[in-house]
This record gives sequence, C-alpha cells and structure tokens, in this order.
Amino acid sequence: MSQPGPSAITRLIELMAKLPGLGPRSARRAVLTLVKRRERLLVPLAQAMADLAESVSLCSVCGNADVTDPCAICADPKRSKKAICVVQDVADLWALERAAVFAGQYHVLGGVLSPLDGVGPDDLGLPRLVARAHSEEVQEVILALGATVDGQTTAHYVAAELAEAGVRITTLAQGVPVGGELDFLDDGTILAALTARKDV
Amino acid sequence: MEWRDEGILLGIRRHGESAAIIDCFTLEHGRHLGLVHGGSSAKHAATLQPGTQLMLDWQARLSEHLGSYRAEPLRTRAGMIIGDPVRLAALNTVTTLLVTLLPEREPHQRLYGMSCRLLDELEEAEPRWPETYALWELQLLTSLGFGLDLRECAATGTRRDLAYVSPRSGRAVSRQAGGPWADRLLPLPPFLSGEGRASMGDVREAMRLVGHFLEAWVLPAMGVRAIPSARSRLLDQFEKLQMPPPPKERWNADEEDFIRRYSTEEELGIPVGDQGRS
Repeated sequence: MSQPGPSAITRLIELMAKLPGLGPRSARRAVLTLVKRRERLLVPLAQAMADLAESVSLCSVCGNADVTDPCAICADPKRSKKAICVVQDVADLWALERAAVFAGQYHVLGGVLSPLDGVGPDDLGLPRLVARAHSEEVQEVILALGATVDGQTTAHYVAAELAEAGVRITTLAQGVPVGGELDFLDDGTILAALTARKDV
Repeated sequence: MEWRDEGILLGIRRHGESAAIIDCFTLEHGRHLGLVHGGSSAKHAATLQPGTQLMLDWQARLSEHLGSYRAEPLRTRAGMIIGDPVRLAALNTVTTLLVTLLPEREPHQRLYGMSCRLLDELEEAEPRWPETYALWELQLLTSLGFGLDLRECAATGTRRDLAYVSPRSGRAVSRQAGGPWADRLLPLPPFLSGEGRASMGDVREAMRLVGHFLEAWVLPAMGVRAIPSARSRLLDQFEKLQMPPPPKERWNADEEDFIRRYSTEEELGIPVGDQGRS
C-alpha cells in the first residue's frame, strides 16, 4: 500500500483525522478532494480557517464563540434582555438558535458538574451568571441543561445559587420527543411525560 | 473470557466517537470497567446513566483486558431521581464514593445488595431513605476492611446505652464508661448500634462519624486525597431535609429484625459477614 508522499499532505490528513466524524480513511478522502479542487475549495478553506483562527474568541458576556466580543447575540438590540437561557455548551446554544424559538440572551456554562470527572462549581462560570441574573432587566433564567444525572445536578446547583437573585427560574420540559413512540421510551421518560401532562 | 452478571452503572466516559467506557459495580465481579460499542449514542443515553441496574455480558480475550460489555437495562432509576435535588445528591454521592474508594474486580456482595436497596429507595422516594443511606455508608466502611465495632462497649463489654465511638479504635463506648472522656469521643447515634430508628439529626451525626473514619483510615490507605465533594454537598442538603418518623410498629423492632431488614445474605444466599477484605 502506498503512503502519501509529501509531508504537508500527511500532516493535513493527520489533523483532519482528529475531527469528529472523520477517521484516517475519510480524512484521506477529504484531503484528496481538497487537493483536486485547489482553487475552489482548498485555498478559500485555508483562508477562512486562518481568518477564524485570528478572530474567534469566547464572548465575555455569555461565553458564546464568535468573532466579535460581545458576540452577535449579546450585541443584538432586538433580542430581549428579560430572559437568560443557560446551556452546557456552545453546541447547545447553536442548536437553540437553529430552532429559532428563543429570542433572549444566553449563558454558556462550558460544562456540567461531574463528581466523577472532578468538575466542581469553581470550574463553571457561575459567578458571572449570578451577576447577570441580579441585573434589573432579567426576569427569568431558563436552565436548558441535559436530562442527565450530571446535567440535572448542575441545574439544581445553579437554581440554588440563583435563589437570592429574585428571578423566575425554569427548566425545559421532559417527556415524549416528537416522533417518539411510548413503546420505545424508558421508564423515567414516561414518568416525566406523565407528570408534565397537559389539558387538551 | 466471558461472564454474565448484573451490576449498577457508576460512571460513563466517552471513548472515541461513539463508544463509551462504563464503570459498573457488579454482584459477583465487583467494580468492573468495560467498553460499550455505541455507548455514547443517543439510543443508549437514557439507559446508560449512573444508578441504572444492568444485565452485563462481558467478553475479553484475556481476563486482565478491559474487555467489552453488552448491557441490557434491568431497572432505570435516573429518570425518577433527577427531579429531586436531595435524592440526586445522594445518587451522586453513592456512585462517586464507590468509584473513588472501591478497588476494581473485588466482589462485595453485601455492599452490592445494600446499594441496590438504597437506590431502590431513592427511586421510589421512600421517605426514610436517609436512614438507609447512613447504614450504607457504615457498610461501605466494613466492606473496605475498616468496619466499626458497635456491638458492645470497648471498656466494659456492655451492650446497653452505647453513646460514643473511640476515634482511634472505632469501637463503641457506653455512656457511663465514656463520660469522663466525652469531649474526646465521637457521638454514636443509637440507630447505628441497633437501638431505635434514626432522626435526621442522627443521620447527620452518623455521616460525621463515618466521615471521620473515612478521613483517618480509608483515604490514607487508598491514597485518596480527600472525600469527594459530592458527599459534603449531600450533608449540606441533609441540613434542610426533614424525615418523617417511622411507622409505630417499627419503633419496637428488636435488633435482629432491624439487622435482617438491612442485610442481603438471605436473598443472595451467601454467608453472613463481611465479603470484603478485612
């Protein structure tokens, strides 16, 4: 089996193979595509990555990743300042933005409390969140954290920390997902769904 | 090498894109890790949560290898527990203490049985679960080989009015014998020696008692720096928690009944006594 010769290509393959969803084989295919489409793909991609590496940073207000600080969401005057949606990661923020159902502010914790992994309250940006929640404009903090043991441990902890802020604290509902069938749900999800039932 | 056993999921860690390494406390094989292919997928997310009871099929070429698990849920508990901060704190404490302190691949069947019982009570929101938790911690000490001797007074041999524990020997001391040294002894909540049932204050006192021996005996022996912070968060939660009194008939239960309720040997068909290294 022949190995790729030039070291720059080998290095790119090795780096690409570290990306989620790509292994060595698919990284080789991706790099080969880039090499074949040098002008249309490789050069613009290299330029875009260089620009991003130069300018990307975490927003000092919410923790979102963006090329401006504060980020575009925090700086948007059309967005409501009354509600802050607390998420675990930037990926969760992007998921909520993709759904286009929330027009308030965000706060990215950057992780969740995990006793086993040694992630404690000091490792999350909680003082910044508490300070934001004490702002006069804020009326509600939505804890949009995962329905996992670590996610809900964090949610309860954050709720306790915000207890004195005098704001409404809510969490996302848990239950039957769209397209879900009861037969395939676990007991906990069925219980959550039944507890959160509503009039029709 | 392969075996089948039931176990409690203690922790899960992503491995690669879709696999996960799970840490389980099994009945016959003790704490045992293994790889679950596809364990990080959304399909497994609901079942591979700490506290879930699993039927595990483990397979490896050699016994010392990590090996891989095929896991089927027997009882999912997290969904019932995560809505309550105190019960969730207890679940976190149980799993963290077991992962931190329990050696791998060493069976502790009595502790396993008691862990299942405690997790069942947490899942069912049994109102007096804190008492079971305190007894579970005492069993944890015993299974680790650092059991306290709370049956009789170390000085006089009496089995009545045991009120203290020696911080050095871990043996009970009666109120009369310990009186002159009361300020240097640790208070013994009566329910730990089989007298009556616990109040919430007793449970907190029991946690402080066990905490002393965890720090003095267990941590140095295990090379662990500190008790996991999850336990102190649970103790904080217990400060605010109320526990209803037990049903009247239970107050009169004698020691034998009391111990039988919390022992698992009959169910498991194993000999009475510590199954750990003592």
